[in-house]
Amino acid sequence: MDAPTVNTSTRDWHDGVRSKAARLERAAALAVGKRVEAPQTTALLECILEPGDRVCIEGNNQKQADFLAASLVHTDPARVHDLHLVQSVLALPEHMELIERGQVSRIDFSFSGPQAGRLARLVERGKIRIGAIHTYLELFARYFIDLTPNVSLIAAQAADTAGNLYTGPNTEDTPAIVEATAFKNGIVIAQVNEVLDTLPRVDIPADWVDFVVPAPRPHYIEPLFTRDPAQITEIQILMAMIAIKGVYAEYGVTRLNHGIGFDTAAIELLLPTYGESLGLRGKICTHWAVNPHPTLMPAIEAGFVQSIHCFGSEVGMERYIAARPDVFFTGRDGSLRSNRAFCQAAGHYACDLFIGSTLQIDLEGNSSTATRGRIAGFGGAPNMGSDARGRRHASETWLRAGREARRHKAMPRGQKLVVQIVETFREHMTPTFVERLDAWDFVQSANMDVPPVMIYGEDLTHIITEEGIANLLLCDTPEERKQAIRGIAGYTPVGLARDVRMVENLRDRGVIRRPEDIGVARREATRDLLAARSVKDLVLASGGLYEPPTRFRNW
Amino acid sequence: MEQLQFQVPSRAQSQRRDAVLVGVVGSGNCEVLLEATTADAMCVATIHTAAHGFADIWRRVIEDFAIRRNAGGLRVEINDVGATPAVVTLRLYQAIEAWESGDA
Repeated sequence: MDAPTVNTSTRDWHDGVRSKAARLERAAALAVGKRVEAPQTTALLECILEPGDRVCIEGNNQKQADFLAASLVHTDPARVHDLHLVQSVLALPEHMELIERGQVSRIDFSFSGPQAGRLARLVERGKIRIGAIHTYLELFARYFIDLTPNVSLIAAQAADTAGNLYTGPNTEDTPAIVEATAFKNGIVIAQVNEVLDTLPRVDIPADWVDFVVPAPRPHYIEPLFTRDPAQITEIQILMAMIAIKGVYAEYGVTRLNHGIGFDTAAIELLLPTYGESLGLRGKICTHWAVNPHPTLMPAIEAGFVQSIHCFGSEVGMERYIAARPDVFFTGRDGSLRSNRAFCQAAGHYACDLFIGSTLQIDLEGNSSTATRGRIAGFGGAPNMGSDARGRRHASETWLRAGREARRHKAMPRGQKLVVQIVETFREHMTPTFVERLDAWDFVQSANMDVPPVMIYGEDLTHIITEEGIANLLLCDTPEERKQAIRGIAGYTPVGLARDVRMVENLRDRGVIRRPEDIGVARREATRDLLAARSVKDLVLASGGLYEPPTRFRNW
Repeated sequence: MEQLQFQVPSRAQSQRRDAVLVGVVGSGNCEVLLEATTADAMCVATIHTAAHGFADIWRRVIEDFAIRRNAGGLRVEINDVGATPAVVTLRLYQAIEAWESGDA
C-alpha cells in the first residue's frame, strides 16, 4: 500500500498572516498609528470583519466593551454578517440586537444573565443557533483549540500612545481573550476610557493590540456582586449558621469559593459574629477565590481572611482593596489585578469547598438555573462546583470528604465539598425541589445535546436548607440519596412525598442533620447576628474606604 | 383571608408560663403566639393566612412541629402575612425555644 501523500509544495502556510495583513491594509486609512477616533469605529469594524468570522465582543461578568458593541450594531448587514460570537457573557441589549439584525448566525457563550429571556425567545424563533453553553474556563480553553477569535473587541481603562493597555481592577477575561486572538493572526481592537502618556501599570502589552479607540463614555461595569445586608432574611441567617457550624467547622474548610447571592452574603456577615463565637477565626475561611464582595469586609477586618484572588473587581471596592494589599492581589500601581481564567483554575483546583444557590434541584441532586423561558447559562459555577478529578494534592478537608464518600473502596483519594444552599421554596411558593428539572425542556426547544445542568448530582456533596443538611457522601444507595433530599425538602411536593421512617433512619445515621442536631438555636437566627445590617454599616466597616454605587446608597 | 384550625396530638409541654409572641405582624413579619391550655396531650393551632389553597401544607407543618417538639397543652396562633412554610416553621421553633428557656 502506498503511503498517503500530501501535496504541500503549493502551500505557503501563511493564510492567516496574509488575511490579517489584508484586513489591516483595508483599515489603514482610518488609523493614526494604532489610534482610531470614535466616529470612525463603525467604518473600522466594516473594514476588519469578514463574513464567518469568530468574534469576541468582550462581555465579562462585569466589564463590557459596550461602545464597540454599539458600533457593531451600526455596521451594514450587507457587509458584516454571519458572525460567530464567542464570548463569555451576552449581557447587553446590543448583543441581542446583532442577532435580531441577522448579523450573527451562531453563538458560543457562558452566561446571558439579564438577556436570558430575550435569548430564549430568539432561539425559539430560530433567529440564532447556540453552539454550546460553556463554563468560563471551558470557553477560554476552546479559544485555544477550535473557537479561536478572528477579531476581539475588548475594553480597558486606559491606553498609552504605543497601545499598551491598563485594565484597572477589572482585568477579568481580557488576558485570555487577547492571548488567543493576538497569537493566532487575529485582530485586537480595544476601547479605552482615556489615553495617557504613562500608564499606572501594563496589563496587556502594546505588541498584542492592533487598534485603540478612545470611547466617548467609560465602559459599563455591572456591580453584580453587591448584596445589601438590609435584605438578608432570618431564614438565610439560619441557613448560614447551619453552613458555618455543620459544614465549615465540621470539615475545617479554609480554602473556598462563594457563589453570588444573599445566602452566601449571610455566611460572610456571620463570620465575625457567629463564627467568632464558635472560636473559628483562623480555622476556617482563610483563603478565597472570590470576587471582592462588599459583604466580605467585616470578616476581613475581623482577621478571618488571609488571602483573596479575584475573578473581577466590584464597583466601589477599589479604595478598600488598594488599602489591603496583604489580602488582595494588587499591581505596582496599588490597584487590584483580577484574572478570571486564573481564578477559575484556582477555584477548581485549589479550593476545598464551593457553596452556591440554584433555582431547581432534582432527586439525584442535579441542579439547574435554566427555568422555563430563560436561557441563563452557567458562568463559573460548574468549574467551582465540581470535584477536581485531576487534583493530586491533599488537605484535611479534602481527605475527610473523600473518606466519607469512599468507605468501600480500596484506593484512598479526597473529594471537593460541593454545597448547594437553598430555601425549599423560592418566591411565589415556587418549589426549589422538583421531580424533573425544567432543563430537560431545553433539549427540544433549544435543540441541545444534553439538558443544561449547572451542577451534576454526582459532584454535589451537601444540600443545606432551612430544614437542615443532607450529607450525600454518606448515602449508600440511590434510594437513600433520594430520601435524603426529600428529607430536607420541607413542605414542597418532593418533601411531602418523603418516607418518614427512612428519613428518621437517615437522621439517626447523620446523613440528615437538623439544626437542633448540630446545636444551632433558631432563636439566635435574627438580624442582630449580622456583622453589618446595611450598606451604610459596610461603609463603616471599611473605615469609609468603600464607595457603594448610588443605587445602594439610601442614607 | 383564610382561617385554618388543626388539633394534633403532641407530648406534653412541662413548662407553664405566660404567653410568648415572636415576629411582628406590623412590620410585615409572620407572627406566632403560644399560650397554655388545659389539654395536655393536644396542640391546637389556628392559622390566619392571606394565601388560599395551602391547607394541606399548613397541616403538615403543624403535624411535624407537634411530633418534633413537646407542644401538648399549647395553643398556637399564627398570622402568616403570606409567609413561606420556612418562615412559619422558624417562628414556631423560635417561639417554643423561647417558651422552654423561660425568656420573654
